[in-house]
Amino acid sequence: MGLEQFKNRNVGTQNYKVLDLEMPPITAMEKFKQVVSRTFKPELFAGLGVTLREMINALFRGKMHTTQYPFEKLPISPRYRAIHEMLRLLESGHYRCIGCGLCEKICISNCISMDTRYDENQRKEVTEYTINFGRCIFCGYCAEVCPELAIVHGGRYETASEQRASFSLFEDMLTPIDKLNLQQEYQGFGAISSNADENIKKTPLAY
Amino acid sequence: MVDATMLPEVTAAGVIIKAILILAVIAGLAGFGTYIERKILAFMQRRLGPMHVGPHGVLQLAADGIKLFTKEDIIPQHANKIIFAIAPIITAATAFIALAAVPVFPDFTIPFIDVYVPSIASDINVGILFVLGMMAAGLYGPLLAGMAQSNKWGIIGSARTAIQFLSYEVVTGLSILAPIMMVGSLSFVDFNNYQADGALWLVVYQPVAFVLFLIAGFAETNRTPFDLLEHEAEIISGYVTEYSGMRWGLFFIGEYANMITIGIIASVVFLGGYNDFWFIPGWIMIIGKIAFSFFFMLWVRASWPHVRPDQLMWLCWKVLMPLAVINILITGLVMMIV
Repeated sequence: MGLEQFKNRNVGTQNYKVLDLEMPPITAMEKFKQVVSRTFKPELFAGLGVTLREMINALFRGKMHTTQYPFEKLPISPRYRAIHEMLRLLESGHYRCIGCGLCEKICISNCISMDTRYDENQRKEVTEYTINFGRCIFCGYCAEVCPELAIVHGGRYETASEQRASFSLFEDMLTPIDKLNLQQEYQGFGAISSNADENIKKTPLAY
Repeated sequence: MVDATMLPEVTAAGVIIKAILILAVIAGLAGFGTYIERKILAFMQRRLGPMHVGPHGVLQLAADGIKLFTKEDIIPQHANKIIFAIAPIITAATAFIALAAVPVFPDFTIPFIDVYVPSIASDINVGILFVLGMMAAGLYGPLLAGMAQSNKWGIIGSARTAIQFLSYEVVTGLSILAPIMMVGSLSFVDFNNYQADGALWLVVYQPVAFVLFLIAGFAETNRTPFDLLEHEAEIISGYVTEYSGMRWGLFFIGEYANMITIGIIASVVFLGGYNDFWFIPGWIMIIGKIAFSFFFMLWVRASWPHVRPDQLMWLCWKVLMPLAVINILITGLVMMIV
């Protein structure tokens, strides 16, 4: 379809269809006929049928919509940007962060603050690392800029807590050392969610 | 069928026990009806409904009851306090008084103290008139409640109550007149016996009267095609706008008790009553019929939009009443000829 077809505003030269609307009844006989035809048409029962069909669908064909949220959760996309996670090296278990400070530098809401020093092997060591989640806008630049894939966004979106500090310390975001084997690698940009197949719908070309 | 002369004598103790039974069971059922309504409506929209209080939410009634009982009892400053206070009691009381003349459970004898509990609390010979009259008197509840609360939505609600009352009442009476002519009695027991022993249900002879009675019953119980009194989208809550807590709860116990009453009347008058059907015993049949009519009311609520007050009046006076009169005429002619 070319662009000129969209620019054509001349109503009447296009393929508009005129709906077959009947004239409202005028004489008493016509009104009576309309009442009779509306009374005996099974339209009301079509409505009853629809709801009964949906009830059967929900109860016996497994098409219930409800997700009982706190007890079951829908899978979220791996690209979802929730509370950050600090990953560890799989081999040594040491944290991946090399203290380069790029995330602190790029953070557009100035919510990351870190402090580093050289340890005895002249390696950078992270002494302080906090993210102020009162300021963080979850833009994802820190995860994008990180050269070591050390800081990534996790899927932890339930961020109501008693204190703002509950999520923001380095130790809280770091993968627990006993759960190292469960550590999820960032799948990269363009990754699809685990239930992507179920969410595929036909493109509505019919209209 | 047991011959009436074989039955033990009905004592005052039996009637009192029966009254307590009706109050306890129907009030419980009416409360449970709110749970069933929420569940069925949810299923019809492919939702789950209440799930958290008890297994599949069956104890939701207890949670709602505790909530209603412990809520603050608010009476608006400029309301007519006496009428405001007694209006919900009118609705609930008339709903239960109506059940006095309706056969609710099978009769039985309490074993050790030897008290016979009848199936009808009082088997008066004008049962149908009494029940319909009581249910009609129940509409004084919404009428007075809306006018007493000094709230414009309440006033509109009670105006609509008056419209509704003027519309359906004539259809209820005329539609049930044709079966009354066929049976020749106003007692529910006679209606039941007329359809006993394999006789056809009255709905076969009187389909038009049955449909008219159902429509009028929906209007009588304020169910959805005619829920003009408290339609949230138009008049906030209508006559219950200013009510809260247990006073509000009484209105709803009354409404659900009325739904059960309409179900019982439709079952006994038109659908064969508590007679045995094929191999199914009568008490299962009557429970099944009442349950289906209750389900039908919820089903309709999930499916159909509601009408405007003027449409209800138009429908009742210009369509249903002529149909009912024609139905009575034809019934009379057929009875005369046959």
